Amino acid sequence: MCLAIPGKIIELDQNAQMALVDVAGVRRKVDLRLLQDDPPVADDWVLIHVGFAMSKISEADAADQMQTLTMLGEAEAAMQEVSGYGLENDVQGESGKRWKQ
Amino acid sequence: MKFVDEFRAPELIAKAGEEIRRLAVPKRHYRIMEVCGGHTHAIYRFGLKDLLPANVELIHGPGCPVCVLPMGRIDDGLALGAQAGFIFAAFGDMMRVPGTHGSPLEYKARGMDVRIVYSPADALKLARTNPEKHVMFFAIGFETTAPSTALTLMRAKAEGLHNFSVFCNHVTIIPAIRAILDSPDMRLDGFVGPGHVSTVIGCRPYEWIAEDEGKPVVVSGFEPLDILQSIVMLLRQLRKGEAKVENQYKRVVPWEGNRAALRAMAEVFELRPYFEWRGLGFISQSALKIRASYAEWDSEQRFSVPGVRVTDPKAAQCGEVLKGVLKPAQCKLFGCECTPEQPVGALMVSSEGSCAAYYNYDHRKPVTIASAASV
Amino acid sequence: MATPATKIRFSEPQIEMAHGAGGKASRRLVEGLFAPLLYGSNQGPLGDAAHIQINGTRIAMTTDSFVVKPLRFPGGSIGELAINGTVNDLAVSGARAEAIVVTYILEAGLSTEILEAEVRAMGLAAEKAGVLIAGGDTKVVDHGQADQMYITTTGIGRLIPGVDISVPSVRPGDKVLLSGPIGDHGITILLARGDLDLEAELRSDTRSVLPLVQALVCEAGAGVRWMRDPTRGGVATSLNELARDSGHGIVLFEEKIPIRDSVRGACELLGLDPLHIANEGQFLAIVSSEHADSALQALRGAPGGEEAEMIGEVREQPSGAVLVTTLYGGSRLVDMLVGDPLPRIC
Repeated sequence: MCLAIPGKIIELDQNAQMALVDVAGVRRKVDLRLLQDDPPVADDWVLIHVGFAMSKISEADAADQMQTLTMLGEAEAAMQEVSGYGLENDVQGESGKRWKQ
Repeated sequence: MKFVDEFRAPELIAKAGEEIRRLAVPKRHYRIMEVCGGHTHAIYRFGLKDLLPANVELIHGPGCPVCVLPMGRIDDGLALGAQAGFIFAAFGDMMRVPGTHGSPLEYKARGMDVRIVYSPADALKLARTNPEKHVMFFAIGFETTAPSTALTLMRAKAEGLHNFSVFCNHVTIIPAIRAILDSPDMRLDGFVGPGHVSTVIGCRPYEWIAEDEGKPVVVSGFEPLDILQSIVMLLRQLRKGEAKVENQYKRVVPWEGNRAALRAMAEVFELRPYFEWRGLGFISQSALKIRASYAEWDSEQRFSVPGVRVTDPKAAQCGEVLKGVLKPAQCKLFGCECTPEQPVGALMVSSEGSCAAYYNYDHRKPVTIASAASV
Repeated sequence: MATPATKIRFSEPQIEMAHGAGGKASRRLVEGLFAPLLYGSNQGPLGDAAHIQINGTRIAMTTDSFVVKPLRFPGGSIGELAINGTVNDLAVSGARAEAIVVTYILEAGLSTEILEAEVRAMGLAAEKAGVLIAGGDTKVVDHGQADQMYITTTGIGRLIPGVDISVPSVRPGDKVLLSGPIGDHGITILLARGDLDLEAELRSDTRSVLPLVQALVCEAGAGVRWMRDPTRGGVATSLNELARDSGHGIVLFEEKIPIRDSVRGACELLGLDPLHIANEGQFLAIVSSEHADSALQALRGAPGGEEAEMIGEVREQPSGAVLVTTLYGGSRLVDMLVGDPLPRIC
């Protein structure tokens, strides 16, 4: 159900129904028919499950997510500083004074 | 490995863990269910529970397509595959699952032609290269895997390959979640939603869980950062008293799902009126069967299947563990009569079954873990 | 403190493939059936090789059989595996292989060309490893009764001076050293079988580890407590055996375990744990903490040891088990292999 791994398309077959995909140096022919509504091209990254490409992987969304993760806790930390001044009711951590249930 | 390593970055994982500890209200006990067996496996493999505060509890859900197969269906598949001139092909996950008279590997030791395949396409290839034999593919999986089976059947039909059939045991995830929520013993605060099933069905099918049941759902990826971020998102919703569906796995999951995959499934499959789930009983409209237009390639329509119901031993508490009511260690058979080597129930056989995962990765861990020397 | 292994009884009605996979099932067969019937009552923990006293001289002796499909694969063939495997078993027991005898079981219908290629490979491997092939035997069985050929090798050797290894000498605080990247052999074989339609630039790591063992012993002497070559069942199985036999715990640092990208890729793709995959050219050593750093340098300085790593340490807890930790503080136990590693899709 769940084991799916990102792979890079190395080359597509002429009919574009199959592609040679590379996963960290391991290569396998992968079926692209599930992506026929928005076919991938060489160098695209796809998610592979049981030899079929399930979805294209969006580099932009991945980068977005990394950005969010990098900033985790920073927004909270900033809020904690500000709320120490008593300027607003807001969520605090375990050390904090009040929290919303 | 791109799109893998970044989501295993230790500093970011530590940060996410801190954020979870910050968000978890101390007096509250959070019960979050990860539906998908793949998430269960990832949680154990990456030791993510070690990063969670004691009041954030992860409950393992029924999303293990091997675990929910009644033994009778395994017996049926083996009976079909054991016929003379047959090749029994299945994913590695199936190979040690015990039927009444043994597992596929044990049948292989007794002379049955059993092959492990990585893809249903490989099973079809076996049919092409073994024209004198009949290849029977034992198909399992939720909606993640069903489209691949569907495309394989379409190809078999297009090529007129008659020495190939599929014994279809595909099940659908929503009825399983419904069964969990309907269960009186359950108290859950939210769900980590199945990431790869959602690449096919999208995020809409979970909206009723938020709207009708008031539980937040975050569709999650499978790397440590994905799962931790999903828990962060769930805790944020719970703190604000919100309940909505969010997509954490945006880089891969389209909100509307994969239309081509859904079309392929609709072409080949229809819903069975009901299907028996091991541990959960009969659930209506919860499994797929092959349409009459593909009867030729449906093992059940083409051959006769014993169809004997096999009930699990009373002592095995697979159902309660599947529903998250019991922890694996609370089942009376856990670790004694039921171990990965002699599994009584399927939760112990499949590597993503909660009992096997807990047994293999966790249950003998010392309570206080000595920290890694390099931290 | 070593705890005696619990008595195991072999009660299965038939032999399965799992009994040959090198993991738990194999262990049950050996300890539950062979050992009680064949070994004396003062049998200690089972090792790679036996050390026997003959008129005051200690001789090391080991035997192994090689059943591999396909016979030839990138990086080697059954002939080389046979020689290197036996040389390595002796090496990790602290002995230098002196002589090997070989048995061939050949399937009727096997082409002479194939046989000759294997015998030639064997001869070359023996020369490279510096071991004499002292004799052998051949039997031919009906077509279908042997997968082309099965090879058994029995080797004898003399103890390397300065070696003093034993399970009881392993103690908390000792370090775990690994000679190089894991999984190359097992994944190469899996791919070479062709069932999974995967390709990679991978070769079996089959080689004699004797030079590396010698470099290690030369540097650390009695600081080397225990060694093992992690063949079938992988690093996890070897270390679990040690944990079980010694009663100590072994903690591994995941980020320190060397593994090639393509082995990692194949394992991720197939859902396999690299720690369970067979190696034919690597060895594990438990070294006292005082000697560990210089021992690692000695390995890295020796030809073929450049990728050696210190991958963990022996601790009191978790007693009898192996724990893998991550940089971010997560951990999981890793157990002995049950049967052959199976690819999974879930």
